[in-house]
Amino acid sequence: MSAQDSSTPLGRVRALGSAQHGGGHWIRERLTSAALLLLGIWLVASLVLLPALDHKTVGDWLKSASGAVPMALFVITAFVHAIDGLKVVVDDYVHDAGNNAFLNGLILFAGIGGAALALFSLAKVAFGGAA
Amino acid sequence: MSRNPDRPLSPHLTIWRWGPGMVVSILHRITGSGLSVAGLAVLTWWLWALADGPDAYQDFARHAQSWYGLVVLVGLTWAFWQHLLSGIRHLVMDIGAGYELRTNKFFANLTLVGALFLTALTWYLIMGVNQ
Repeated sequence: MSAQDSSTPLGRVRALGSAQHGGGHWIRERLTSAALLLLGIWLVASLVLLPALDHKTVGDWLKSASGAVPMALFVITAFVHAIDGLKVVVDDYVHDAGNNAFLNGLILFAGIGGAALALFSLAKVAFGGAA
Repeated sequence: MSRNPDRPLSPHLTIWRWGPGMVVSILHRITGSGLSVAGLAVLTWWLWALADGPDAYQDFARHAQSWYGLVVLVGLTWAFWQHLLSGIRHLVMDIGAGYELRTNKFFANLTLVGALFLTALTWYLIMGVNQ
């Protein structure tokens, strides 16, 4: 607040208060974390239990619905949770409005781009392209 | 947010004696950021290589089995378990439980020990299956 600021406390609060959608972000972060608790353990357990991790074994696994569907869920949920989580870190440490917007935009673009790339790859494997 | 940089900051990080709660709290952010960036990059590369064919997969496997690849993968495994256990702790704290000093300290320490144990177990099983 600068010395020239003559607005009342109420006026400042009205302009600078909550944007009214932090709660949704907070809840989505928790819901995706609960989903990832199951999906993450599923992924690690699957990698451990597969007889081998070579191209054919992993490819066959991800051609089956029981492999491809949870993997798609994991990819989507993990990228959403990563975007939400990194936003919290950036918002806590990057106070300059321009840098903050740039980093959050970069995270959103990279997150959605990475998810699209991962899902395309998964679909190509699952639907039997170049395997 | 404007702040007069000439004004002193009240001391915070420098005056507290480090305890398990602080360690686990900052580790949650570090492991979460690491998993979001490095973890999802490796996951996407792995799926991409799988879709691209045996040659690309072999290339991925060669990097994954090199010493630096194993450092990254073991590091990601530890980050996964640390973030997962610490995440469960946060979900419990979100409902308002586990703030008593002894309880809080005990579960913070439990996530540290548990993550190391589960990382060792995961790699013991992966190595055992692959031999």
